[in-house]
Amino acid sequence: MTDILDIRGISKSFGALQASDDISLSLKAGEIHALIGPNGAGKSTLINQIAGGLKPDSGTVNFNGQNITTLAAPARARLGLARTFQISQLASEMTVLQNAVFGALGADGRVSRFWQPVMKDKALLEAANSALNRVGLSHRSRERVSEISHGERRQLEVAVALSQHPKAFLMDEPMAGLGHGGSERLTGFLRELKHEAPILLVEHDMDAVFALADRISVLVYGKIIATGTADEIRSNPLVREAYLGEEGDVA
Amino acid sequence: MSLALIAEQVLNGLQFGVMLFLMSAGLTLVFGVMGLINLAHGSLYMVGGFLCAAVAAWSGSFILGLAAALAGAAAAGVLVEVLVIRRLYARDHLDQVLATFALILIFSEGTRWIFGSFPLFLDVPAALSGPVSLPLGIQYPAYRLMIIIAGLAVALGLWILITRTRLGIRIRAGESDREMVAALGVDIAWLYTIVFALGAALAGLAGALVGAIQSVQIGMGEPVLILAFVVIVIGGIGSVKGALIGAILVGMTDTMGRFLLPPFFATFMENSSATTIGSSLASMLIYILMAGVLIFKPQGLFGGAS
Amino acid sequence: MIREKHLNSLIWLGMLLIPLAAWQMDQPYTITLATKICVLALAGVGLNIALGLGGMISLGHAAFFGIGGYAMGILASHAQSYAPIMEHPFLIEGTKSMLVIWIFAVVMSGLAALAIGALSLRTNGAYFIMITLAFGQMLYFFAISWPAYGGEDGLSIYVRNDFPGLNTLMPVQFFALCFGLLTLVIFLSSRLQNSRFGMALQATRQNENRTRAIGLTPYKIRLIAFVISGMICGLAGALSADLNRFVSPTMLSWHTSGEIMIFVILGGTGRLFAPLIGAAIYIMLEHFLGGISDYWQIFLGLLLLMVVLFAPGGVIGLLTRREAAHD
Repeated sequence: MTDILDIRGISKSFGALQASDDISLSLKAGEIHALIGPNGAGKSTLINQIAGGLKPDSGTVNFNGQNITTLAAPARARLGLARTFQISQLASEMTVLQNAVFGALGADGRVSRFWQPVMKDKALLEAANSALNRVGLSHRSRERVSEISHGERRQLEVAVALSQHPKAFLMDEPMAGLGHGGSERLTGFLRELKHEAPILLVEHDMDAVFALADRISVLVYGKIIATGTADEIRSNPLVREAYLGEEGDVA
Repeated sequence: MSLALIAEQVLNGLQFGVMLFLMSAGLTLVFGVMGLINLAHGSLYMVGGFLCAAVAAWSGSFILGLAAALAGAAAAGVLVEVLVIRRLYARDHLDQVLATFALILIFSEGTRWIFGSFPLFLDVPAALSGPVSLPLGIQYPAYRLMIIIAGLAVALGLWILITRTRLGIRIRAGESDREMVAALGVDIAWLYTIVFALGAALAGLAGALVGAIQSVQIGMGEPVLILAFVVIVIGGIGSVKGALIGAILVGMTDTMGRFLLPPFFATFMENSSATTIGSSLASMLIYILMAGVLIFKPQGLFGGAS
Repeated sequence: MIREKHLNSLIWLGMLLIPLAAWQMDQPYTITLATKICVLALAGVGLNIALGLGGMISLGHAAFFGIGGYAMGILASHAQSYAPIMEHPFLIEGTKSMLVIWIFAVVMSGLAALAIGALSLRTNGAYFIMITLAFGQMLYFFAISWPAYGGEDGLSIYVRNDFPGLNTLMPVQFFALCFGLLTLVIFLSSRLQNSRFGMALQATRQNENRTRAIGLTPYKIRLIAFVISGMICGLAGALSADLNRFVSPTMLSWHTSGEIMIFVILGGTGRLFAPLIGAAIYIMLEHFLGGISDYWQIFLGLLLLMVVLFAPGGVIGLLTRREAAHD
C-alpha cells in the first residue's frame, strides 16, 4: 500500500499557542483515515496546512511522492488534492449544477475560454451531472445555492470535490449539520468512494468514524496521541482519558 | 543651492506632512474602527476651510474662524454620520464608496450654491504674518511654523487620547474586534459617532489652517483626500502611527522631489526638458513611492490584517 | 415585472430608434446626445466586467478611458500638424484613421491595465480601491504637467477622424458607428459572461476560497478581467475624444471614474444593459435638470444616495424584481 499523502513533523504556532506540534501521519491508497479530537485540538489548522491555505513553521507534506510543502493551494488542487470545508464554500449566486460544473472546470484547468457558453460544455456537464447523481442532488440542479437546505449544501460540497476527479480527498466535518438519515447516506457513500481515492476525514460524528475508518488518529492540543485501527483506538487508555471519556460509551 | 533654501524646503515638507497627517488620522481611524471607507472626508476639509473664511471675514478674528471650523466640521460630521454613514457600516465597500461619492457631489454643489463659485479669502492672522528667525540664518514664515507645531501637538494629543483614556481603549478595542466590543455593552453607535466627528474635526482644522496659505475653494479637499489615501495605504490602514509616518514621508517626498528633481535633470539635460521631465516625475513621485511600499509590504508599513 | 431579456431588447431598440427619429426630424443635437450616451455606456460596459462580474472596485478606471482618448489625441494631432511622432530609430507618423487609432488605444490602455492591475491586485478590499484611485490620479497629474499635448488646457482635434465608407462628420453616421461598436461589445461581453472565463471570474467574486480549492488562481483571473475591462474603456475613450474632438486631463480624473461607476450602479451592477440605461439616465438628467438648475449635481448625488441605500439592484433590478439572472 503506497502513501498517497505523507505528512511529517508539521508544526505551527500562533504566538504562544502551539496549534500543531510535530504532527506526522499518512494516508494510504484505498483507505479512510479519520482524524478526531476535542474542539480546539487543531484539526482544521492541520487540514489547512495540508491543503495549502496555511504555511507550516516546519515539516513537510508529500503528495504521491512529490514534496508540495511550498506549493499554494490551487497548485495542490491541480495535482489532485480535493478538499471540502467545514463551512460550505460555494458560489452563492450560482445554481447547484453551476457549482459542480465549476469544480469540473477547475480540474480541466483551461479557463481562458471567452466565447463558448460553459453550461453547454458537454465534458464539464457530464462530470458535474455524474457527481450530482452520485450524491443524490440531481433533482436540485437548477436551484440556486441560496435556496437549498443546509444538508443539501453539505452534499453539494462533496459533489464539487467529486467533480474534480481527485486523487485524494481532505474532508473537514462533512457530516456537520446532517440529520441521521443524511449521515447514514453519506457514510454509505464514503465507504464506496474510498476505493476511488483515499479520504482524510476530520469528523466529530463518532458513529460515522467508527463505521468508516480504516485507521484513526487522535489529535489533542496539537499533538497526535495515538494512531491505529478503530479497535486499537477504542481500547487505548490515553485516548479514553483525553477524549472518548468525555463522550461516554461508544459502541 | 544654499543651506537656507534646503532647510526651508525641508520645513515646507514637514508642514505639508503634518497637514496630511491631520487629514489621514481621521480617515484611518474611521476605517480602523468602523471598517468604513469615506470619500467625503475631503468635503469635511472643505467645510472647515469655508467656515473659517466666512467667520473670520465676518468677525475679523482668525481664532474665531478656527473655532467655527472645528465645531462646524464636527457638527457636519455628526449630521452625516447619523443620517447616512450609519446605514453603511453593514454594507460592502462598493456601497460605501458610492454613497460617500454621492455625499461629495451634494457637499460640493451645496457649498457652491451657498458661497458661489469663486474662492473665498482667508488671510493669515496679522500676528503670524511675518518670518521667524531660526538657527543657521533661516527665515521661515511664522504661520507655517505654527502649523507644524499645531500638527505635532495634535499628534501628541491623539496619542494620549488613544493610549491613556477610556475612549482610547474603546477605540483600540473597536479596531480589533467590533462584535466583542458591542457584546461587552459599550454603546457602539455613540462610539462610532464620536470617532467620525473626531475625524471630521481634524479634517476641518486642516482645511482651515491650509486655507490661509492656499485658497478656500470648492473641491479643495479632493487632491488632499487622494494624498491622504496614499498616506494611509503607505502607513497601513487603521494605524495612526502609520498615518503620521506615512504623512511625513509623503510630505517630504513630494516637496523635496519638486524642489530637487528639475535641477537634478538640468545637470545633464538642457533646461526646458529638465523642467518638464523633472516636474512630471515629481508629480508622480509619491505614487511611485506608494507602489514601491506595496511591492514589499502589501498591507502598508504598519498595517495589520484588514 | 418584466423579464430582463425583454427589457434589454426594449432598451436597445429605444437607443436605436430615438436617434433615427431625430435624424428624420432633423435634430442633430439629439443624435449627438445619443452618441454621447453610447460612448459613455461603452466605458460602463468595460467597467462592468471588472466591477460587476469581477467584484473589483476600481476607482481609477478613468485612467484607461483617458489613455484611449490621448492615444487618439496624439495620433490625430501629429497627423493634423504633419509632424511625425518619432523619426529615430523608426519613422512613426500620426494618423487620422479610426481603425488604426482604435487598435493603438486598445493596446495602450491594455498595457496600462496590465501594469496597474498587476500591482493593485496584489492587494484587496479597501487597499485596492485606494490604490486604483491613486494610480488614476497619478496619470491625471502627469497629463496636466506634460506640455506636449496641451497640458491642463487639453488638445483640440479639428476634424473628426476617418472611417472607411462613412462621412464621420455627419452626426447620424458617427452615431451609427458608435452604436454598432457598443452593440458588438455588449454582445461580446455577454459571451464572456457565460463562458468558462466568465464563470471563473464570477465564482471568484462570490467565493475566493472555492476558486482556490478547485485549482484556479484568483489573481490571474482577476488580472485578465481587469485588462479586458481596461481595453474596452480605452476604446470608449478614443471614441469620446473623437465625439468631442477634444482631449483633456479631465478624462483621467477620478471624477470621470466616479461618473462611469455611477452609470453602472444606476443601471444595476453586473447586468448586461446596465451601463446603457445608466448612461442614458445620467445624460438626460444632465441635459434636462442641468437646463433648470446649475446645481443639478446635488440631485444626482441624492439620486445616487437613494439608489445605494434603498435600491441596490439599480433600475434594472427594480424593473425585473429579481437578482442577477444567469440562465
